[in-house]
Amino acid sequence: MNSLSLIPALPLVSAVLLMIGSARLSKRVVAIFGVGSVGLSALIVASVAQDFLTTGEVQTATLWAWISVANFTPGIAFYIDGLTVVMMSVITGVGFLIHLYSVEFMESDESFARYFSYMNLFVAAMLLLVMADNLLLLYLGWEGVGVCSYLLVGFWYRDPNNGAAARKAFVVTRIGDTAMALGLFLLFTELGTLQIQPLMAAANVQWSGGGTLPVLATALLLGGAVGKSAQLPLHTWLPDAMAGPTPVSALIHAATMVTAGVYLIARTHELFLLAPATMQAIAWLGVATVLLAAFAALAQNDIKRILAYSTISQIGYMFLALGVGAFSAGIFHLMTHAFFKALLFLGAGAVIHCLHHEHNIFKMGGLRTRLPVVFASFLIGSAALAALPFTSGFYSKDSILLAAWALPDIGPILWAGGLLGALITAIYSFRLVFIVFFGEANTEPDKQVGWKIAVPLMVLCVLAAFGGWIGQPLSEVFPATADFHNVAHSVEYIGIAIPLIGLLIAYLVFLGGQLSVSKLTDSSLGKALQNFWRDGWRLDALYHNLLVRPFTGLARLCRNEPVDIFYNSIVSFLRWSHRGLVSLQTGELRWYATTMVFGLLLLVAIMLRNAS
Amino acid sequence: MGGLQVPLEHVQVLAALLFSCGLLGLMLRRNIIFMLMSLEVMLNSAALAFVAAGAKWAEADGQVIFLLILSVAAAEISVGLGLVLQIQRRFKTLDMDSANRLRG
Repeated sequence: MNSLSLIPALPLVSAVLLMIGSARLSKRVVAIFGVGSVGLSALIVASVAQDFLTTGEVQTATLWAWISVANFTPGIAFYIDGLTVVMMSVITGVGFLIHLYSVEFMESDESFARYFSYMNLFVAAMLLLVMADNLLLLYLGWEGVGVCSYLLVGFWYRDPNNGAAARKAFVVTRIGDTAMALGLFLLFTELGTLQIQPLMAAANVQWSGGGTLPVLATALLLGGAVGKSAQLPLHTWLPDAMAGPTPVSALIHAATMVTAGVYLIARTHELFLLAPATMQAIAWLGVATVLLAAFAALAQNDIKRILAYSTISQIGYMFLALGVGAFSAGIFHLMTHAFFKALLFLGAGAVIHCLHHEHNIFKMGGLRTRLPVVFASFLIGSAALAALPFTSGFYSKDSILLAAWALPDIGPILWAGGLLGALITAIYSFRLVFIVFFGEANTEPDKQVGWKIAVPLMVLCVLAAFGGWIGQPLSEVFPATADFHNVAHSVEYIGIAIPLIGLLIAYLVFLGGQLSVSKLTDSSLGKALQNFWRDGWRLDALYHNLLVRPFTGLARLCRNEPVDIFYNSIVSFLRWSHRGLVSLQTGELRWYATTMVFGLLLLVAIMLRNAS
Repeated sequence: MGGLQVPLEHVQVLAALLFSCGLLGLMLRRNIIFMLMSLEVMLNSAALAFVAAGAKWAEADGQVIFLLILSVAAAEISVGLGLVLQIQRRFKTLDMDSANRLRG
């Protein structure tokens, strides 16, 4: 199966070529390599997807055995089912559009080739992650994605802040990755394989539902997913990761990388089904993240940070879906979110590009007539994000909320939490639109967007608007979810109404001005709350005080090597006595003679005293 | 003739005085020639004590030791004077304090 291996190989080869030849290739050649490789991958994925949709057969391909130790033989092998097809399509499709967009966005950057080599490497790693047939290869892609995110977040490395953001992204996700590695060890020692399908089959046979082992193993895997997907409590790296170029944010921090955690859970869902406790934890985590990030997004002023928090919040919805067992709804939301969030980020990038790198939304305004293409894309993206009826986000979010409602006992609480999140989402997404594109202009754009930016925006507009009608071939992958057609219609109507109410509130507050919240925001409590949310619930400060400062304190303590004090003291005692003895050796004959005399006298005195 | 004409104590005190003179000279003089001379004085004061003691008890041992000291002194002074020549050539001085290149 050569065509399958070409899918990750093309971007990988291109990345290597660009790394080697970065100084010698012209920007045109770099762009052709960088965009072309992902484009070709996308074409191959399209043909693979076509094959899959007509035959419905799972395709596998083993390239070679990677490691072979005793009965541990993970291979470089691919497993292509409906889930993988969806993920590959999103990664290469959206990835291709973002690459094309980047050609214009990064036009004047001196490290053009470096940028594209990192981007291609990232796409290759992500493809490896979703195509892997064993967890070890998946972990390779997982770590590759982490490295690339580090490289791309710190792309403009001359500013130390960007370097710090990149380190933070790497270190925080590393915490989750460690948990995941432990999970893999546990799975291998208990079940004897890392091949995903045999693993899940073995787990179903050997493990009883709700036992300790499945809960422990899935909790460790969940740790990895939480880190990569920026969920509570490891979400703090994502807003800072906006330090990278905007298309990077679109690719990594919206469309693909952060969905790796969702993919992991969906891929190993049979393990998770054996651990209801973990599933419930995922659902609660998802709802908590939805609300926390939504409130934080409401108070941001930086256009990219608003989108960053909205990403965290939307992935919270996916976790909610996974937690309530609606895996296909989660993957559906993953896909639609990739469309509209890429669209929003690319739109934001275009605004930033045209406004001299301005990030503060209050310094924008009135861009509706000046940047019409960007306005249209932002409008559609925000509508999808807010889940206004008939946009793509509406279908996916609606199915998640209905699935949550259908869950017994805790279902309605989860549903209500998700609904509140949806309301806030609608408010903050239209707050963004109204402030940036309506009202009076504060900054004049100094350029217009070219076709390389406009075309990806328009394609993504179509996808964000109508992506909800794309069917997903997931029925074979996931167990059928509970039938929620018998859910009361009122629940559905509430789900439809809530985003519209949010839109209305945003309109009244930020555009019409009929509803004034200044009294609320000017009060001391309101101000404190606003600052609290703007700082992301002060979790960064909490972590700084709780973890970073003790650690650096310990590091500072260890810099003086407390253990070595004993050994060093021996050395310094010897050195000190050495210096004392050296000072006796003056090189003066008279001094030697005199000391000899007095020494002799002393000896004689002692001998006489002993003799008497 | 036989025995000692003067009391032994007198000779011993004289020898001690001579030894002290030599020792002081060794410790205080900086000129190598004077230091060697002081050494000779010390050796000879010891030799005097031996001879006097030998005479007192009419034993030959004292004079044997004197001969031994005499030859030791001759050997010492020949080596010492050779060193003095070398020191003079190398340092252009006989001041032993300036020849302190073995300082640690």
